[in-house]
Amino acid sequence: MMSDIHATGPVIVARNLKKSFGELTAVKDISFTVDKGLCFGILGPNGAGKTSAIRMIYGFSPITSGDIHVFGMDIKKQSRKIKARIGVCQQENTLDPDLTVMQNFEVFARYFNIDKITARERASVLLKYFAMEYRQNARTSELSGGMVRRLVIARALINRPELMILDEPTTGLDPQSRHQLWERLESLKKEGMTILLTTHYMDEAARLCDDLVIMDHGKILAQGSPRSLISEYTGGNIIEIAEPEEAIRVFSRERKVRQEDLGHRLMIYADNGYDLYNEICGRFSHKSCVLRSATLEDVFLKLTGRELRE
Amino acid sequence: MNVQISLRFIRVWQRNLTVYRESWRVNFLPPLLEPFFYLLAFGIGFSGMITSVHFASREIAYVLFIAPALIAINMMNNAFFENTYGSFVRMYYQKTFDAMMATPLNAEEIITGEIVWGATRSVIGTVIMLMVISGFGLVRYPLGLLIIPVSFLGGFAFGAVAMVFTGIVKKIDLFNLPVFLFVTPMFLFSGTFFPISGLPLWAQYFAWTLPLTHLVYLTRALSLGMLNTGALVSFCYLTVFCLVMFPLAIFKMQQRLIK
Repeated sequence: MMSDIHATGPVIVARNLKKSFGELTAVKDISFTVDKGLCFGILGPNGAGKTSAIRMIYGFSPITSGDIHVFGMDIKKQSRKIKARIGVCQQENTLDPDLTVMQNFEVFARYFNIDKITARERASVLLKYFAMEYRQNARTSELSGGMVRRLVIARALINRPELMILDEPTTGLDPQSRHQLWERLESLKKEGMTILLTTHYMDEAARLCDDLVIMDHGKILAQGSPRSLISEYTGGNIIEIAEPEEAIRVFSRERKVRQEDLGHRLMIYADNGYDLYNEICGRFSHKSCVLRSATLEDVFLKLTGRELRE
Repeated sequence: MNVQISLRFIRVWQRNLTVYRESWRVNFLPPLLEPFFYLLAFGIGFSGMITSVHFASREIAYVLFIAPALIAINMMNNAFFENTYGSFVRMYYQKTFDAMMATPLNAEEIITGEIVWGATRSVIGTVIMLMVISGFGLVRYPLGLLIIPVSFLGGFAFGAVAMVFTGIVKKIDLFNLPVFLFVTPMFLFSGTFFPISGLPLWAQYFAWTLPLTHLVYLTRALSLGMLNTGALVSFCYLTVFCLVMFPLAIFKMQQRLIK
């Protein structure tokens, strides 16, 4: 089988990828590799170039320069073959509102030349998997936001893809729906699915991604596993001090600890911050002083800054 | 941009058929009722004033003159509205094309499927209208049967030009422009309700540049059981119109869809 030749190689190889829309350059020379069976995340604030980047990978947008190989095939030459083997969940709801849930599967399966009987069989399994089997005759315009997203993802699995590309899959969902979706994505990964997702939710990335890049202004700022990024950029703990007195700033500067001063709030990054926490919070005056574990969100804010976007 | 159109465009056509079948009862009504209304209003209302009309060096009854024009107008409207408002809603509001482009389908196939679907709407409408109008004994057979393939050709022509507009307009409201500047004038001045020979000479020349004039002429000739040179010229005009508009539609829509 042709596909077995590349089965052990990386699923996606993107090299020196660039994307321009006239004057605007949305993606500026990014390179990354996604290995088989892993979940790879592209993180970034709104407008960072995440969607532009993944649209090139699933053959939706032409590449301005650079190249992408998916399953060892060049996207510029073999996009149809590649697209037959991936599942894509776009940001917007792309379901057919005039059709029922089951009809949506049948129509979508036809795009992949999958016959009706096979489509119905697979759809039933997928609907059960996403806890929606009792809604199969509902019109999609009657579904809630969480169900719509589950259905878009379920529909994208109709061709049994080896790679799943998800563009902000949980944006706008309630906590219950998000957690349910994460569980489903985790079990897909266990079954060997390679997943590429974009998100601006750090808890989502920390939970799902084995490897990720943080992008901003079209460039990759950092790459690694969630844990390695945390230890590299922030250390294990953060001491967060509200309304710190000036003496704390002097003290921390003398100690040469890694810190970020936000005015009303001082963040001190430390690998093992317990003693430092006791010393600072005991000696100085402040409104509140908290010791907590560093998260991916701290790394993200540190790298992309705190000013508002768009 | 390169163009690759495989038979997969049928999948797009099938998708539209599936949706159409969900509401076919509503979709069947206009072509069924419209000829009744028009034939009543013009055929009976006007026939007191106009008894016969000159067409292709023959004198024919006024109802025989307008009945095929109603069919031709319906061909235009079905395809034009399907590939303007209908396609725009699918592209812009329902994101149907976005979903398709993430599958093995490409933009050219989506557009081809859409235009062929618009032409199919013309065929469906034409078949229904032919049955009604034939009930009044206003169509000569067997030549009249050729109106059905002509409705595909006419539908394709108007679907393709509609798709060019869909590739250009920024907002759905802007379709008012081609409707008032293109469709409505043709509806009135393409030899539909009165012979073109009733127009001043410059307007006659202008009328013969319009696609509906040729579609009306061809349909009328066939419904009267005539296959004259004029009908062949009109057939050739419509074919050339398709050959120009279809690639233009693909080009404009590629520009719009592929970002």
